[in-house]
Amino acid sequence: MKKYKKHSLLLLVLAMFLLPFLLDIYWLDVITLVLFYVVLTQGLNIVVGYTGLLDLGYAAFFAVGAYTTAILMTTFHWSFWLTLPVAALFAAIAGIIVGTPTLRLRSDYLAIVTLGFGEIVRILAINLDITGSASGIYGIPRPTIGSYVLSSQQDFYYLILIIAILSVLVVYRLGHSRIGRAWVYIREDEDAAEAMGINRIRLKLLSYATGAVIGSLAGSIFAVKMSAIAPLSFSFLQSVMILLAVVLGGLGSIPGVVIGAALVIVLPEVLRGAEDWRYLIFGVALVIMMIFRPQGILPKKYETEDRSDPEEETNDKNHSISV
Amino acid sequence: MSILTVKNLKLQFGGLLAVNDLSFTVEKNSISSIIGPNGAGKTSVFNMITGFYRPTSGEIELDGTSLVNKKPSQITKLGMARTFQNLRLFPNLSALDNVKSGMHCRTKEAVWGALFHTKSQKEEERLIEEVAQECIDFVGVRKYMQRSAKNLPYGAQRYLEIARALATKPKILLLDEPAAGLNFEEKQYLIQLIRRIRDEFHITVLMIEHDMGLIKEISEHITVIDYGCKIAEGTPNEVLNNEKVIEAYLGKEEVI
Repeated sequence: MKKYKKHSLLLLVLAMFLLPFLLDIYWLDVITLVLFYVVLTQGLNIVVGYTGLLDLGYAAFFAVGAYTTAILMTTFHWSFWLTLPVAALFAAIAGIIVGTPTLRLRSDYLAIVTLGFGEIVRILAINLDITGSASGIYGIPRPTIGSYVLSSQQDFYYLILIIAILSVLVVYRLGHSRIGRAWVYIREDEDAAEAMGINRIRLKLLSYATGAVIGSLAGSIFAVKMSAIAPLSFSFLQSVMILLAVVLGGLGSIPGVVIGAALVIVLPEVLRGAEDWRYLIFGVALVIMMIFRPQGILPKKYETEDRSDPEEETNDKNHSISV
Repeated sequence: MSILTVKNLKLQFGGLLAVNDLSFTVEKNSISSIIGPNGAGKTSVFNMITGFYRPTSGEIELDGTSLVNKKPSQITKLGMARTFQNLRLFPNLSALDNVKSGMHCRTKEAVWGALFHTKSQKEEERLIEEVAQECIDFVGVRKYMQRSAKNLPYGAQRYLEIARALATKPKILLLDEPAAGLNFEEKQYLIQLIRRIRDEFHITVLMIEHDMGLIKEISEHITVIDYGCKIAEGTPNEVLNNEKVIEAYLGKEEVI
């Protein structure tokens, strides 16, 4: 069974690598956007899905990555690859900055503070000179590998595909370690986790920082792919869409969140034919999905064996977050 | 020799004096209890010892180390484990994963080890698994190992919470009303379990309990508190025949 799973996963990855040969440029762009969302949702999944900390300002870390790369490449003429660790470091610091005042807060209060943080970052980007004010930063150079310049749609598809695979791997491995388990313990019962010897302050900050670093990677690549960035890309709506993908897919579930990311991006595209109606239909589809499957499309399973008593299936509620 | 020393402990919530000038010691390798009427401040004492409440004044020492102003996680690492009056398991996680949490403070692999699956990380994961399974076997809930904690029968949840506490490898185990909600047979099993924890693991046990039968049977030393003050202490026979205790706790009628 496990081997079968591994093979189908490899097949999927192979298919993803062959995709640019099968799709037209329009759909390749859509799938590229899906992959950006896969990275972002995996990062947010650590914070919301694993650690249970509701974050309504996650796009801020996406912005930190994008602006750090954009500024370092345009003003300071750095190589793209060198900007990645710096962007990650800044994002980690930003994660700790938003994490520290929220350590004692839970659910709704936490949501308000993270929402405020997201807005602060966006408004800073609009008002600072170094971030190019409201018009943003343009003319961001293309990254190079040796003498090869990454410039085509396909190049960026492969770049973000590799980062998406890496972020899935990172979240999977962390999730199956004592760190990942500690995050889940905090989500399940913070006080009990502390009583079991888990330093909740340190682990919550680590969760914010890790989520932020993954989000910043997506941001860095976004900057060089678009070659121009503006505060509009890092709005509250962006944070909500990322969170929506995580909740829709299934909190804490890696494959679920990948499906959630795909759905949030692809569904509005498929509905393009409906023109003005498309976001209405999208909205209704989301409401219906949440009514019939509140735990997400592919919820995380915590029991590995078949339960002896099938009746209990019905009162098996998955954890949910309250806004 | 005493393992836990509580000296002049005081806890004040605004104008309410929950615990007043309480002193007692717990002997190493003993099974001791704290008893008292509802609202006497027993759980408050536990919460101060384990770091969840900060005492207004007083001193708490575990094996000569002061516990005052330490975080609960630090205190657990120093060798103290606890269970809760109202079960506080991790409800959605499997019984095995619940118990694994105890090993967190006894292991140290960080992000790096997890990302690159280093040799030491794999070894540590094996150790965590091994200890967790041992603890699960010890309390006898192996058949529920892969099930979510919330789906376990009530008694099994109680034992599971003890297994989780044991996985922290404590010197002293604090049980807050371990027999609450258990039927007669389950209580007998609990008595055996507590004895085995002390005899096989050499862990000191301190518990809060209301079940006098259970206390009489296994407790070697009892501290009685009422309105946050100690009113008596000694062996079960001494304490349960003490007039003050009978009056405060067991009710006067029983004497007449």
